[in-house]
Order: sequence, then C-alpha cells, then structure tokens
Amino acid sequence: MISFIVNKRRKDLDVDPSTPLLWVLRDDLGLTGTKYGCGMAQCGACTVHINGEAVRSCVAPVSRAAGQKVTTIEGLSPDLSDPLQRAWIAEDVPQCGYCQSGQLMSAAVLLREKPQPTDEDIDQAMTGNICRCGTYPRIRKAIHRAAGMMAKGSAK
Amino acid sequence: MIAPQIERREFLKFSLVASGGLMIGFYLPGMSKLAAAEQSSANVFMPNAFVRIGTDDRITVIVNHSEMGQGVYTSLPMLLAEELDADWAKVGFEPAPVDPKYNHPVYGIQMTGGSTSVWSSFEQFRNAGAAARAMLIAAAAQQWNVNPVTLRTESGAVLDRTNRKLTYGQLAEAAAKMAPPAQVALKDPKTFKLIGKPVKRLDTSEKVNGKAVFGLDVKMPGMLTAVIARPPIFGATMKSFDDSRARTMPGVRKIVAVPTGVAVVADTFWQAKTARDALRVDWDEGAMLTFNTKQMMQQFREQAKTPGKSIRLEGEPDAAFAKAAKKLEAVYEVPYLSHLMMEPLNCAVDLRADSCEIWTGTQFQTVDRGNAAKVAGLANEKVQIHTTFLGGGFGRRANPHSDFVVEAVQVAKAAGAPVKVKIVWTREDDMHGGWYRPAFLHAIAGGVDEVGSAVSWRSRLVGQSIMAGTPFESMIAKKGYDPASVEGVDDLPYAIPNLAVEYHQTQVGVPVQWWRSVGHSHTAFATECFIDEMAGLARKDPYRFRRALLQKHPRHLAVLDLAAEKAGWGKPLPKGHAQGIAVHSSFESYVAQVAEVSVQDGKVRVHRVVCAVDCGRYVNPNIIAAQIEGGAIYGASAALFQELTFEKGRLQQTNFHTFPVMRINECPVVETHLLESQEKSGGIGEPGVPCAAPAIANAVFAATGKRIRKLPIRMTEAV
Repeated sequence: MISFIVNKRRKDLDVDPSTPLLWVLRDDLGLTGTKYGCGMAQCGACTVHINGEAVRSCVAPVSRAAGQKVTTIEGLSPDLSDPLQRAWIAEDVPQCGYCQSGQLMSAAVLLREKPQPTDEDIDQAMTGNICRCGTYPRIRKAIHRAAGMMAKGSAK
Repeated sequence: MIAPQIERREFLKFSLVASGGLMIGFYLPGMSKLAAAEQSSANVFMPNAFVRIGTDDRITVIVNHSEMGQGVYTSLPMLLAEELDADWAKVGFEPAPVDPKYNHPVYGIQMTGGSTSVWSSFEQFRNAGAAARAMLIAAAAQQWNVNPVTLRTESGAVLDRTNRKLTYGQLAEAAAKMAPPAQVALKDPKTFKLIGKPVKRLDTSEKVNGKAVFGLDVKMPGMLTAVIARPPIFGATMKSFDDSRARTMPGVRKIVAVPTGVAVVADTFWQAKTARDALRVDWDEGAMLTFNTKQMMQQFREQAKTPGKSIRLEGEPDAAFAKAAKKLEAVYEVPYLSHLMMEPLNCAVDLRADSCEIWTGTQFQTVDRGNAAKVAGLANEKVQIHTTFLGGGFGRRANPHSDFVVEAVQVAKAAGAPVKVKIVWTREDDMHGGWYRPAFLHAIAGGVDEVGSAVSWRSRLVGQSIMAGTPFESMIAKKGYDPASVEGVDDLPYAIPNLAVEYHQTQVGVPVQWWRSVGHSHTAFATECFIDEMAGLARKDPYRFRRALLQKHPRHLAVLDLAAEKAGWGKPLPKGHAQGIAVHSSFESYVAQVAEVSVQDGKVRVHRVVCAVDCGRYVNPNIIAAQIEGGAIYGASAALFQELTFEKGRLQQTNFHTFPVMRINECPVVETHLLESQEKSGGIGEPGVPCAAPAIANAVFAATGKRIRKLPIRMTEAV
C-alpha cells in the first residue's frame, strides 16, 4: 500500500511501487491531464510537482511519491484562476495542446523561483519541455505576462 | 497533407474502395434518425447537421474536421457564427460523428488534410449559419405576427424595429418547427464581425487545465490496455513467440497473435508494456535485413545520372546548359522523417458481436471506418468513430490503410468480443511504426549567361512514391507519376527559358506517407537552395535575383518583397549574423521567409525568422500566425536536427534523444506578416514549413560561404 497526497487529497493505493507515477496518476487515479510523451524524461509532457518540485513522472517510480505531496495540472487551480492559465489563455498558447500540461507545471516552478524571469531564465527552465506544434514563442510571452500579473497581484 | 492535385473523383474512388462500397451522399438511416430525434426534442433546435441551438442560448457547432492544433474548432465555428449573428461567448463546438453528411466538400470523404479545412468549408459553414438564422427570424415573425423582412438579428437574438427582442434560445423550440429555407443570402464581407478578426481559440481553457480528452485519455469501465510487440524490421513476420514469463505477470489478461505481431492485453498500460517487453518473439526477418539508408542514397545518386520520367519540359535544357557561360551541378539529399506527434498513436475499441465503436484521434474517419468494418466483419453503419482531440497529426493520422485503427480492431477481435481495449504505442513503437516522409534526392543542373541571367534548369528527383500501393494509385496511373513526389518543383515559378523536371520513382520497403507539407517539404529545400546557388553563380543578390525571375508571379513577388522589407534585408546585422531567403507556394498559399543565423563551432543557431504570407481571403489571423510560427519551427526542427537512418534493416533512432525536436532555447523569434488579399483562400497548416530549411541553409551560406546540400544541416558536410 502506498499513500500520498494528490492535489490536496489523500490517496491509498495498492500498486507495484516500481510503477512510474505517471501511469498511477493516469490509469489508477484517472488524472489524465498529465501526458505520456517519451517514457524517458526527454519531453516533459509528464511533468508534475512533488513537494513543489518539477518531476518527470514517467521515470519517477510511484514509491518516490510515498508520503509526499503531488500536484498535477488538475491541481494547479480549480477554476483556471492560476496566473499561468490566465496568461496561456490570453496569449492563445496551445495548438494541439498535448504538451501544455507539462509546460504549465514547469513554468509554475520557474515563476516561484524567479518571479521576474528573463528570456534566458525561461529558456533554461523550459528547455526540458518539448512542443511539436512550435508554441515556444507564445510560451515565452505567456510566462512574462503571468509574471506581470503576479507582480501586480502581490503589489496590492 | 494531401496533395491538392488529388481530384475529387479520385477521392470518391478512394472512398469507395476504402469504405467497401459506401455511396457518397447516402445518408445512413441510423444517423438521420438520430439527427431527427434531436430536431424534434423540446429543448433543442438543430436546423442542419452543423449547428444545434439550446433553449439556454448555447450554440454548438458540429465540426467535421479534426482538431490537431490547427484551430478548426475555432475557425469553422466562426464561419457559422458569423452568418448566424451568434453571440460568440455562447458558441461551443463538438466533433462530428462519422457520417457522409460530414464529408469533405471537395474530397468527398470525411477527413482532415491538405491544408483544406477552412477554404473547403468556407461556404458550407456560412450557409449552415445563414439557414439557421432564417429559421429563427421566421419563428420570431410568426410569434410577433409581423413580416420577417422587418426583423434583424444581433448577437444571438432577433429584434424588431422597436428593439423588441427574442433570444435564439427563446426561439429554439419554435424555430425547430419552421421549414428550412430553400435559399439563403450570405453577408457582404464588409459587414463581417468575426471573419477576418483575431478571435481567440475556443479550445484553450480545456487545454490548460488537463480536461481536454485526447485518444490516449479515453477511458471506459472495464477497458483494458494493449501494447504490441511488432517486428524489428519492415516486412519481417512472426515465426513463434514465448510468453511463458509475460503471461504470469500481474494484470495480464490475454496474449494474442495479431497480423502485426503479438499483443499483450492487461489492466493498465504499465502492466501491458512490461509484459510486452518480457515476450520473446522469433521473427522471420525477411528481405529488408540488409537494407541501409547510406547505400540507398548512393543508389539514388547513381539513378540520378540517367534521365527520369519527364514531368515538365520547356525549351532545350541540356543544350542550353552545354552553352551556358557559367554552370553548376548540385545534389541535395533529405532523409526519412518521423511525424513525431507529441501524442503517440493509440486507438480505443469497444467491439461487440454486432457493433464496433472506436475512439481515436484520426484525420481519416471515412477510410478508418471502412477499414475497421472489414476487419470486424460488420457493415459500415455498425462502426462508429468518436474523434477525440489529436495530440498532433501532421499527416500521420491519415493513413490510407488505417494502420493504427485496423490493428486495434484486430487486437479486440483476437481478444474476443465483447471487449473494450485501448491500444497504446510507446514512443519507440510510434517512431518505428513507419509511414515516414520519404527520403529524396534532387540532382539539379543550372546555367547562367554572360550577363548573369538564368538560362537553364534541370531537376532530377529520386525517391519513393507516397501514393503507390494505396487506393490513390489511380492518380499515378492517370498522370504517369505521383504528383505528391514532385509538387513544388513541377510548378517552379522562375522564368527560366529551358527547364526540365524528371522523376525516378523508387521502390523501397519502407512505408512512407504525407508529412506536413508533403512533397513541398523537400522540393522547396532543393529548389530554393539551388536558385540561391545560381544567384551566387551570377554574382547577384539572392533576393534581387529571385525578384527578376518572378516578374510574372505577383503573389510570389509580394511575399518575397514583404519578407525582405520586414527583415531589413541587406541592412547591417549583429556581428557573425547573416540572412538567407526563400519563397515557395504550396496548398494555394504563398510564403516567403528570411532566416537570420549565426554559426559557431560548427553549430547553427537560428535567431530570427521573418515570414510573409498570402493565403488569400482569411478567417482568423491569430490562428494563421500560430500556424506559420509553428510551421517554421517544425521545418527548422527537421532542417537542423532530424533524420531517420537504417542499418541492417533496423531503424537507428528510438526517441527524442536520437530524433531531436527543436527546444525553446533553440527557438528563434518568429514574426508573421499577413498580406491583405481578395484571392481565393489557400491552406495555412502546412505552407509555413517548406521555406524554413532553404532560408536557414541559405543564411548558413551567407554566414560561412559553405553550401548546405544535405539535411539535417551538418557543417562537416557543407561544401
């Protein structure tokens, strides 16, 4: 039995502890917002947070999440209110949309660590997330926009 | 992804073959009953197959093209909402079921491809909106007992001259009883409120909160997952397999042989995948065992020394070449490429004794249904396809043989109906699954005269046909060659008096398919690099050299000029930076790109790409900019990083680390400049791709003096 917190809810699961967290989220918990792209931490589509840190869930065994707090795209906000989600909508970032959960989860960690990132900071933090549709220019814009929203929000 | 040259009747023929005799324009009784039921239901008004209006004012547009990132779930609803005078905030979308009434108006089957969705649906969706509007007006006129001509519509409501108002929701029930109009008048484009405006996409919210359902996300109670062991070499067949270990593994329900290999059916993906990896399969490796791509390209080079099938001949290219003051011969090579959608292939099937339901992200509904029905042994109307979001398509999800759908039905059948099973391809399975962009070789010879005017050009192409061995083969028979192999060079626009295009169609056992921009993905590279080389031969500026040869092609010229102007062609650049230019027409649109690059330690860095586009009358400039940006990046990815190679019959690449995709830190700034145009609309999903490789390669030459004649770009191979 493995227990962990997913999006603020406790889950107790009887699964093989070596199963990648990605497949436990998708197949056992029905949280399909986290995507499979490569299975070897190459593309970032499976990015989730464990205790606030970005983790490639396709290579992280579920045992690594035991007793920890996991956040997936479904837990980023209940109502599209996260500044990143609002910025993604304002900049019309997604095309096919498949990689965007991972992009957002990586961007969330970036903005926590660097609330006012430069283009270089963005490049560095987001380089592990592949987008095949080529939404990178809009991702850059959206991250800057979200940073602006957060700065305004905290100045109030 | 489908060559525009494919004509309607070829598609009709194709759909007949693929769907096992289903007639075009024939409405399935089951489906029309469904539509009729919706029409007569109390709280909904469904005036035609494309729109439903609820008493809650919600307007649902039923979209018959697949959403794979190109924005059809927004641009097609815009067309309908425009003529309906809908309140855009109340407009939603829904994928169409597979049904002949949702056939592509030009190609005659239900499909998405060839960068055709918006232009081919332009009138159809507007008419559907206008017809609904007329019925809503008629309903209001009856209710108010006034002449309908005294009424107007605005933002989801009918109003009279005193501004008395009934919303579409309030009118829905009454409108459902009105007769559909025999004819409708469409708006004067000057009055458009949505068409031509940068409207935001309708599908963004669900793509930023994890709610959007892609094929891989489909889940049903009791559904199992299958992962398949497929042959390591194309053409190999299974001799035997040992599943003694795999069948004891947790969650494994069934292990079955299918025509494509051995399928492990388990409760979850991970169980199926680990058990699949534990199978021991003995393959008869077949004829491709000695195949390698290096050797193949060498053979292509040899073939290019002899004349190929004549595709186009003007003047006397060989004689003019012999007499030319300066001449040049160059060979360009491009490799096999994987489409590499972010979402690997998958397909979910609910197979029962008398029905087959399929959930997948497909571009080819009619074809898939026909092929699935054959495998299931059911009539076409017993097979339904639910189109999910596609996590990228790029042509791969329009397979003439429906490979990923057929295999899923085969697995379900072998597992035994009734069964619900989802077939999931790993990234490696997807990359090894074939249906690649074909490798191609272009041998080009050109000459200029004493004053630097181009006098001769001869292109010889060598490569596999995409249509050979498919129901499209009739196109080859008709033309004598596969038009998808030579598109983009057969219509070379440059005014060169002596011109020849020849093609050697090769037979290789690697399955090939349309890859975003199809033939243009290689013809633009070869022709736009060679014209640049000819400019060098003539000692002329590559932009002005092109200009002089394009005087009879105003649309090429206009995008070329706009790209050069916006990029600041010829103006000083940061140290070490240089520009390259390319112009190309594909899918009835015109694109020019100027790439700015630098080369350091043998590494090419693309800093900026300026794109100019003329796609005729356009619908949504926001989506167009996204498609052109994405196309340029897709093309740049291929130009800089990608190739599939075979040794001893085995593909050498497996995943993103060996078949890299451009990442954000490598991504240039991309600017898109859209020309205002009243010409017929062209495509937009693909035309951003072709110019990327030649613009970058030409910029590399400007930066280093070295020519790039082989993709992906490697400075060690530059000449």
